[in-house]
Amino acid sequence: MKLTFPHMGNVYIAAKAFFEELGQEVIPPPRNSKKTLEIGTKYAQETICLPLKIMIGNFVESIERGADTILLTGSCGPCRFGYYSVLENNILKDMGYRVRFIVLDPIGEGVDKLKKNVYQLFNAQNIKDVLEAAKIGWQLIKKADYITDLSNRKRAYAINSYEVDLIMDNYFKEVEKTFGAKEMMELMDSTIDKLNRVKIKQNFSPIRIGLIGEIYTVIEPFVNLELERKLGHMGVLVEKSLTPTIWVEHHVKAFPFGSKLERLKHELAKPYLKTAVGGHGLETVGSAIYYAQKGFDGAIQLLPLNCMPEIVAKSILPNVSKDYSFPIMTLIIDEMTGEAGYMTRIEAFMDLIKRKRRTVANG
Amino acid sequence: MSIKVGIPRGMFYFDYYFLWKNFFNNLGVDVITSPKTNKDILNKGVELCVDEACLPIKIYHGHVDYLKDKVDYIFIPKMTSIHKKEYCCPKHIGLPDMIKNNIRNLPPLIDTEINLKKSHKNIKSSVFHIGKHFKKNSKTIAEAFQKAYRQYQEYIEMTTSKIIPIDINTKYKELSYITNVKKENYGRRIMVLGHSYNIYDYYINMDLISKLNKRRFDVVTAEMVKENRSREYAARLPKRMFWTHGQRIVGSAFALIEEKSISGIVYVSAFGCGLDSVLIDLIERKAKENRIPFTLLTLDEQTGEAGINTRVEAFIDMLEWRNRDEIDLSTHG
Ligand code: SF4
Ligand code: SF4
Repeated sequence: MKLTFPHMGNVYIAAKAFFEELGQEVIPPPRNSKKTLEIGTKYAQETICLPLKIMIGNFVESIERGADTILLTGSCGPCRFGYYSVLENNILKDMGYRVRFIVLDPIGEGVDKLKKNVYQLFNAQNIKDVLEAAKIGWQLIKKADYITDLSNRKRAYAINSYEVDLIMDNYFKEVEKTFGAKEMMELMDSTIDKLNRVKIKQNFSPIRIGLIGEIYTVIEPFVNLELERKLGHMGVLVEKSLTPTIWVEHHVKAFPFGSKLERLKHELAKPYLKTAVGGHGLETVGSAIYYAQKGFDGAIQLLPLNCMPEIVAKSILPNVSKDYSFPIMTLIIDEMTGEAGYMTRIEAFMDLIKRKRRTVANG
Repeated sequence: MSIKVGIPRGMFYFDYYFLWKNFFNNLGVDVITSPKTNKDILNKGVELCVDEACLPIKIYHGHVDYLKDKVDYIFIPKMTSIHKKEYCCPKHIGLPDMIKNNIRNLPPLIDTEINLKKSHKNIKSSVFHIGKHFKKNSKTIAEAFQKAYRQYQEYIEMTTSKIIPIDINTKYKELSYITNVKKENYGRRIMVLGHSYNIYDYYINMDLISKLNKRRFDVVTAEMVKENRSREYAARLPKRMFWTHGQRIVGSAFALIEEKSISGIVYVSAFGCGLDSVLIDLIERKAKENRIPFTLLTLDEQTGEAGINTRVEAFIDMLEWRNRDEIDLSTHG
């Protein structure tokens, strides 16, 4: 079994080390690139949402490197993601590839199937092995997220923000050369060390922006055209409403009740949106209010073209924005999104926020 | 004067109007509907709704706006799930919330959640929640609903049975949108697929049904295939289809494709429909395997009738040619 999985931000870093540690052969897809997107756009149906297109690109690039098994987390509605695996399987078959899909569907779809998949993936004999392995995986995910977050913070405060990019690019390069959890942890620790040594501005209070919206576009920098870096270089501090850590805490660790943070966001959203609507539509509304209450300067919603839950959220955000006098901008993203127009909109939004800060300061 | 409840003529109207209307009437409540979709309703909807939404959602905004000054309540249930373990579209679930945030000065909404995901028994509490606006007594409410539900089942039986009762057009006058579809005259038929509100709102699809009839084709829709049959066929998918509307559309299509009782398929889809992006792929594959011609009409507020006509004409021409060729083949071979 040569295992691969789609890219989703930094998850591959944890996943690679984790599965190597368990004795699986892992072939992570090359980092997302124009080529990845081109493959996806060419072979996936035009009308499907963007994440699927990128995933197809990932799979093809991994298969070409020898992968024969694809690992996916599943869901069973109400959003399209739940049917991704079937569509992807069809597309790959059309292209003449024969691969196996392992889809980790929620427990509601049958405990036995999930158990079988997990035991096989984790090379586990019993529940103790599974829990042991899960512990390592969880540490890796948390640390990978910590680095992403630290780099975002440092970038906003750095005297030379490009120093942070240098450290991060180097980290990504080194990831490919490591093997197993121990080496990965070492690399992570030394990266944290380097980031901590970046010189920062004193007495500086950056603009703070919450990134909200569809999970994949929030987590995967290639898809959002490196929004975190762009904002960081403008001296803006970015916090993401969704990270792999937040996801795991909500869906796995606190199952079936959900994590405290997510429950808080649901409560906040209630006056505007009574129930969940699939995807992360409810979280988007809740996060906007959460950031407004935390004194952030604004929020940016990321919406992959035609994303159903985020369209519901987008209908609601103007009222949140008005009630909390909290600027919110929506960026719609598809395979045609161009760098130039995108940058213009971000800059205009930052100008608006700066103006607002000045009026608040003066008034 | 009795209380007036408005039911917008869009979205689930085309599935449940009959049930809802009778339920409200049985409770002694008058029901007012908006007129058939027209240009004003469309324009108003486009103005009120976010750009990114699909056409039927925009149009629905127009219908709600029409009703808002004319009734005491507007009925916009939150359709989360209408079948065990299944869901509706995320936009169906968020519909009342979208409406509330997009339209000002609304009368009170009855936006009760219908969520049968865990159990079909949950319908009871939804029914009470709705009925409580008008009647105190739970038993009265339950009876009003049961009676309406029996009538609704008769109606479902009617739409899925081969025989058309003679009095159909008098008894179900308001339901002419579906009874018109059911006429059988030409001995050959095209399956028209898509969400009910895209098929039975003749304004949305520019009266596609008549266009097909004019070219001497009968029409069959997903609603005309019995539910258990659709479910049986949908169960052949490699993964459980978790959208109830997906079950109905894909299952009915698979059934008729496999029994080879249709000449072709026209799929009517709203631009940007998330469910359709999945369903179309599944159906088109199956149609191809079975050599059933398939065409897709994508609609948004800018779609012109001329373009639709050309597509439909071209598709039918192709079907006619194909028929002729097949007859030629059999006489020679
Ligand atoms: S949440 Fe949006 S992007 Fe994700 S599957 Fe659903 S529609 Fe697609
Ligand atoms: S099913 Fe499609 S057409 Fe209907 S509301 Fe959802 S996205 Fe729109």
